[in-house]
Amino acid sequence: MAEAEDERAAKRQKEGEAEQADVDMPDAEAPAATADPPKQIPVQQLMRAYYGNIFPYQEMYEWLVYSNDSRHAQADSGFFQRREFCFTLDGDIFVRYQSFKDGAELHAALVRQVPAKIDIGPMYNVDPRRRNAYAGLENGFQPRQRELVFDIDLTDYDDVRTCGSGGHICSECWPFMAVAVQILDAALRDDFGFNHILWVFSGRRGIHAWVCDKRARELTDEQRGSIAAFLSVYKGQENGQAKILLSHHPSIDRAHGLLLPFWKEEILPRQKLLLDSAHWRSVLSFLPDQEIQHTLSSRWEAENARGIADEEACSRGRWQDVEDAVARVVNTKAVDKGLKFALQKGLKECVFAHVYPRLDVEVSKKRNHLLKAPLCVHPKTGKVCVPFAAVDAPTFDPDAVPTVSQLLDEFSAERSARQEHPGAAAMEKGEGWKHTSLASCMTVFVQSFLQPLCAAGREELGSKAREAAAQPSLAW
Amino acid sequence: MYEEPPEGEVTIEEIERFALDRLRVLKGIEDAKVRGKKSAELQTIALELVSTHLKAGSREASRWKDAVSHFALRLAFCRTEDLRRWFLAQECELFRLRFRDELPSDQVAFIRQQKLGFQSLDSAEFEELRPLLVKVEQGIGNRDFAATLLQGNPSDAFFKVPFEQVPDLVAQRKVLLRKGWAYVSRYEIAHLVGGRFRAALSHSLNVTHRRWTSHLAADEADRLTPIVESLSSRYLGEDYDSSAGNREVVTAAQLPALARQSFPLCMQHMFNHVREQHHMQHQGRLQLGLFLKAIGLPLEEAMRFWRTEFAPRCPGDAFEKKYAYNVRYNYGKEGRKSDYTPYSCLKIISSQPGKDQAHGCPYKVWSAAQLSAALGAMRLPASAVHEAVTKAKGGHYQLACASAFEGAHQCDCDTGINHPNQYYDESRKALTAQHEQQQQQQQEGTAPGSGTKLPATPATQLRMPAKRPAPTGPASAPPKMSFQTS
Repeated sequence: MAEAEDERAAKRQKEGEAEQADVDMPDAEAPAATADPPKQIPVQQLMRAYYGNIFPYQEMYEWLVYSNDSRHAQADSGFFQRREFCFTLDGDIFVRYQSFKDGAELHAALVRQVPAKIDIGPMYNVDPRRRNAYAGLENGFQPRQRELVFDIDLTDYDDVRTCGSGGHICSECWPFMAVAVQILDAALRDDFGFNHILWVFSGRRGIHAWVCDKRARELTDEQRGSIAAFLSVYKGQENGQAKILLSHHPSIDRAHGLLLPFWKEEILPRQKLLLDSAHWRSVLSFLPDQEIQHTLSSRWEAENARGIADEEACSRGRWQDVEDAVARVVNTKAVDKGLKFALQKGLKECVFAHVYPRLDVEVSKKRNHLLKAPLCVHPKTGKVCVPFAAVDAPTFDPDAVPTVSQLLDEFSAERSARQEHPGAAAMEKGEGWKHTSLASCMTVFVQSFLQPLCAAGREELGSKAREAAAQPSLAW
Repeated sequence: MYEEPPEGEVTIEEIERFALDRLRVLKGIEDAKVRGKKSAELQTIALELVSTHLKAGSREASRWKDAVSHFALRLAFCRTEDLRRWFLAQECELFRLRFRDELPSDQVAFIRQQKLGFQSLDSAEFEELRPLLVKVEQGIGNRDFAATLLQGNPSDAFFKVPFEQVPDLVAQRKVLLRKGWAYVSRYEIAHLVGGRFRAALSHSLNVTHRRWTSHLAADEADRLTPIVESLSSRYLGEDYDSSAGNREVVTAAQLPALARQSFPLCMQHMFNHVREQHHMQHQGRLQLGLFLKAIGLPLEEAMRFWRTEFAPRCPGDAFEKKYAYNVRYNYGKEGRKSDYTPYSCLKIISSQPGKDQAHGCPYKVWSAAQLSAALGAMRLPASAVHEAVTKAKGGHYQLACASAFEGAHQCDCDTGINHPNQYYDESRKALTAQHEQQQQQQQEGTAPGSGTKLPATPATQLRMPAKRPAPTGPASAPPKMSFQTS
């Protein structure tokens, strides 16, 4: 975990630097802790075939060009070209400030350079390859647009998950991610009014969100920071305990409504947080009343000594004990109002501290922060960073995500099947993914994200065109 | 909104005098904020400052002075990014505080007059959102206002703006958000107007900067330029960058002793953390690394220190690959190549260390028990430990740190602590003074008249305690100058 932190931080530091050599990266990877059994062929050796035959570069282009292609008169034709791509080549070499004319050019570069990882940066005022020509000028080289991005990583939940730590991920801790998706998706849509949100599995143990509305792309760093602050409740450690900053706000109430059933039904039983004294102590520490802590602890100790038959029922029952104990104090007339309030607050804070999404806010705050592109392959696990729909988050199975070797097997099976039947049509270039299990993920991407996004983009360009037409022309 | 510069004639002397007066106000506001004053108190302080320094004979004259001084400082503070940022922050704070002082009705009138184009709510929308609006207002403590909302629809109670315009309110969850709209109550209009003020001023500062560098500076070389250039360098606090004077050079070998004697608790803790864990995460490396740089540790020594401490977990090559870049970066040798300044208390307090991270301000982050233990280990008198812990508990982290300083050095700290490097400097100063006195006493005792030899380097001081009998602990105990009794 410590090393993963370092890795992120070192990267962050680099990204803060406007002027930087294109190639260097004293980056270090955390020791591999993958769920996959070791493969005969290292992932990196499969990447050329993946980029060449399967990687859906055309769809990536259609997304990132935001309708600014030659089909539209009002389009900004250099839009895609000003977007930064960063390739991480084999051996941890960072190559920043790459840019491409279109999807085909991106595709060619991928096949030629075979990066282990692709990051997407902001869209700048000028082509990032030509940034040096603008260095030192007032308003020289600056980010113009950037999706609002979020990164949530299960390593940040290590103090509240008991099934594993670090790079570990399993069906017992995926629910943390599933609820994070629901909370954030609701806030981004209902509070901030965003519509085009892409959710992506990050390849190992986390998720990314890309908010792609024009309004989101045009946010300043300060505005991004304010959204990140609005969405975070964990404010570091204070007085030796996690500090949770809640406010009486409708968005917090909405989150609480989503979190509570999930906490009781999923996390408590699955993570077994109330079954042994070390864990329940940290849960109970949120209740500022020694007596309650003591009573419950000793009751549960006694129960444990007798043995627990049904762990799930026991977890539920014990949370009920906690709620009952608080309710008893709150309903006692003689008790001081301050304590009642503090107990109710503690109960709420406990739930938020354990299950409210823990954002890596640094990722969201700055326009020039890089984020791994969707549809990359994670170099350690070989899993593809697949998009998924927010509503499907609870049933998403990180273990069932297709790996690059699996996709390549499916692809070559299809190809040889076609070769055996001379009548069959050859596969279209750029559509290899349609014959693999990536197809279902891409259907989600295209139907629930790309199509509405393109429709909105065309709509906007259309209204721009109408406005332009309404203006008297000064061309003469 | 200071959109137009004032018209009329003004003497150079007047410009300078007015500008200095305004600078006193802005600096005063900054100081008050650093001391942790909250909004109501801050407002009183700011208004007092304005009335002492910016008031003139008549309303007209005050207005004139306000405008002249503002534009004069614009010139003075447009020249570098840092100056612009400082000026922008202080002017916005001043604007907000003064705006708040106006009656709500005047505020609304101001909005109308400035044609800022904020939309009021129609009654259907208000009815729909009423419970939510009430909830938010209750949450931020505007109970009376919430009660009036329950009774009816006061006109102009809320303005509806895109959320992008009120980042402060959004960040603190002080505003209702729905579908991208922020519903700002009339009590928070200051933020809304403040946002516009900030944007406009920020833009003008950039424009002024361009004009100034392109021709004004040269044209005004004998008239305004000297004033402008001197103004911005006055009154601004020390930022402990490497250009600040000739510091004594400190070596890696001296660090352990210096840490024990003169590091504030945050740095002492991080220093010990590195030595025990042989590892430190990124934020910590920045906080400690920049501090060490500023006490006079040169790059080569810093490299030696980090490499040695990290060696058990991260030998040779791995260190070069992972961390050497980082150390050189701190010294402005990599990346953006800017010579970074060490973190101030404010910055350290506002950082949010996660579990098992060592950076941040211990007075804020730790529990009372942890604090007492750590301060006790620094051999502070029990009374000082108690005082520091109580202050920390009350949220006065910097005062707590000052108490610890007083306890550790047996002397008063009347300047307060607002920078770890200030703590260090004060500590060195106090220890040197005590050491000199002590030596003088010794010499007066043994060889009167030869008391001219002064300690030259910290290293000579460090050996001092060993020479003296240590009544309470091992020879390495910090020199708790007990010379009064000897």
